[in-house]
Amino acid sequence: MRNKILDTSTLDKELLKQLDAYIDSLEGDKQEHLIHVLHKAQDLFSYLPQNLQLYIARKLDLSGARVNGVVTFYSYFNEKPVGKYIISVCMGTACFVKGADKVLERVLELTGADKNEMSKDGLFTVKDVRCIGACGLAPVMTVNDKVYGKVKPKDVDDIIRHYRSIQYENK
Amino acid sequence: MRINNYNDLVEWKKVCPRKTDYKINVLVCNGTSCLSSDSEMLAKLLEKEMIERNLKADIRIIKTGCFGFCGQGPIIKIEPDDVTYVQVKVEDISEIVESHLVNRIVVNRLLYKEPNQKELVEQSSGMKFYKKQMRIALRNCGEIDPENIEDYIVNNGYFALAKVLQEYTPDEVIKIIKDSGLRGRGGGGFNTGLKWELTRKVPGKEKYIVCNADEGDPGAFMDRSILEGDPHSVLEAMMIAGYAIGSNQGLIYIRAEYGVATDRLYKAISDAKEAGLIGKNIFGTEFSFDINIKLGAGAFVCGEETALIRSMEGFRGEPNKKPPFPSVQGFRGKPTSVNNVETFANVPAIILNGSKWFSSIGTEKSKGTKVFALAGQIRNNGLVEVPMGTTFREIIYDIGGGHPQGKEIKAIQIGGPSGGVITKDFFDTKIDYESLLGMGAMMGSGGMIIMDEDSDMVKIAKFYLEFTQDESCGKCTPCRIGTKRMYEILENLVNMKGKPEDLDRLRYLGENIKNTSLCGLGQTAPNPVLSTMKHFREEYEAYAYRTKKTTYSIDPKLCIGCTKCARNCPVDCIEGKVKEPHYIDESKCIACGACYEACPVHAIIKP
Repeated sequence: MRNKILDTSTLDKELLKQLDAYIDSLEGDKQEHLIHVLHKAQDLFSYLPQNLQLYIARKLDLSGARVNGVVTFYSYFNEKPVGKYIISVCMGTACFVKGADKVLERVLELTGADKNEMSKDGLFTVKDVRCIGACGLAPVMTVNDKVYGKVKPKDVDDIIRHYRSIQYENK
Repeated sequence: MRINNYNDLVEWKKVCPRKTDYKINVLVCNGTSCLSSDSEMLAKLLEKEMIERNLKADIRIIKTGCFGFCGQGPIIKIEPDDVTYVQVKVEDISEIVESHLVNRIVVNRLLYKEPNQKELVEQSSGMKFYKKQMRIALRNCGEIDPENIEDYIVNNGYFALAKVLQEYTPDEVIKIIKDSGLRGRGGGGFNTGLKWELTRKVPGKEKYIVCNADEGDPGAFMDRSILEGDPHSVLEAMMIAGYAIGSNQGLIYIRAEYGVATDRLYKAISDAKEAGLIGKNIFGTEFSFDINIKLGAGAFVCGEETALIRSMEGFRGEPNKKPPFPSVQGFRGKPTSVNNVETFANVPAIILNGSKWFSSIGTEKSKGTKVFALAGQIRNNGLVEVPMGTTFREIIYDIGGGHPQGKEIKAIQIGGPSGGVITKDFFDTKIDYESLLGMGAMMGSGGMIIMDEDSDMVKIAKFYLEFTQDESCGKCTPCRIGTKRMYEILENLVNMKGKPEDLDRLRYLGENIKNTSLCGLGQTAPNPVLSTMKHFREEYEAYAYRTKKTTYSIDPKLCIGCTKCARNCPVDCIEGKVKEPHYIDESKCIACGACYEACPVHAIIKP
């Protein structure tokens, strides 16, 4: 991968500039900050395509394999594009015993997405996630930063409809 | 304000705003749980009302951390009246202001009502949920504004650090913590003072203090609540630890999922730096200390200290074998003391009140208190802090309020994916590190999941194993392949494809994984299976001998023939005439539970 030609033509130049500025601002051993750099890159680009990973590798003087190894190890990083709304259904114990699996099933059915994949319309990515620590509200699902607690399968219909309608209004 | 010496801190404390400066303080919980039910909006509306009614001089609205009563959120507490309102909605705000804050009449309908309780309890201290609790680690959570350093200082914040720097040598600090009997609250329960001493003894100038905030056990959220509700206490303790072991650099490794906690930590660090409480020559002494935040990225194994250190260095979070222990060779290969959030939160209180005070609480070998997260089939979900030695029964029934529908509680799962189950025969056991280990469970981080008679223990064990085999980092074979094989056996069992021999294979495999895995994750991964197998063998046998009933049925004595179940059944397997008992064709039933939900008279029998 070292010798692979880095093609950044698909990446937004302005965002790359912001990423560069972030990396340049880091103090001390930059390689040690790899995970923070990846967080920043994902914040900017919403996911980490291979050429972006390679770009970061070159920038930090690391091998592409090393960066890819870290990206694939941590569940927080996405290698594939994600929908505008990321729906995470908590599968922690408390949520599980209160029927989170049925909530997830309904979400997948309504969005038409496969688990951990983007829906065809690009609106949703549905994930089952580890305990998010809101056990008092079990079962819990989140849409981006908004938390929905004590969700019943039938509540999912309203939630999904809400996000579809915002999308419609924006158009 | 900039603190250059001890007197500056004393002077600052004198001018910090106090609760007594106001006639009324309105505390609005802004922990993650309550925030998700719009508690931030409640605080905004209250603030707006105060301005409009010109009450700002008399009434202070404080956005606090977690009260622990999460299942009843959002929570608003009014002091000094000691009244707690639960499940407050946006539309309730004007009534609280008009009735309580202006006319001093308590809004009865928003008070918490205990089950079967005849009289309303106005005072929060009279609530059963709080009666048996003792708050040390959570002492400031739900009491102060975590984003305001003055709120912390007025509650003797940073006085423990001042005392340590003024009065004690590092060895004396270690002795105090050792004498107090404080043990690690994140899992294993290693003596904290001893850990510090081991790190101090290793020669070298470059050493690190690490705060492990990678709280990952499903069902545990005490560390997050402490960081959200009282971040300065953790920073202060890290500096005390730094002074004790001879380190001037602290790092907090926190899960990326904990956004609110991370923001509050950044704010706390920046405020403390501005005040000169973090930085060079703290309190005018030789001691300097800096604290940085390292973000995790979603890997459960990073809660293990050697994996955590690898992750902080920018690598895949794979654990290393011990020894060498981090106290000898840790972050950047230098001596490192890794302590958990809750452990740190106890430290300032121990310094200020003395080791004797702390060691007088708890049992012979487990001192102080422990925070437990109650979740699952229990009325009062939330965080509770109790002295070590409290019994399960007291926690579940007195504090937790028992089962929400009054069903029988058959077991508690404690210690997350590393722990085991406690059956109802052992509910009178006094909880401490040793008693839990004796029962095949462990303290872990203190997550308690309450399970009722309907819970299927085999499926619960399978759930935990699915989690650990998914989170296994893959470095060592027993954990990577062994947990996968165990999971497959369980899956077969649950799908009625198992054999009686599977039970022996499960146990054999489990014991082997425990004995041969590299790190704590693998060494404890089989615990949920082994412990449920020990206590609920009959449930496993029902699957292994394929005698387990997997379909729903109808109790003909209770059925009123309303036809609701038949109309809701997606596969049309329920038959019967109107006003006559119905029956389910078990060969067609897919066990979806639609009939169970639809039945108005509870005539459907679950598998």
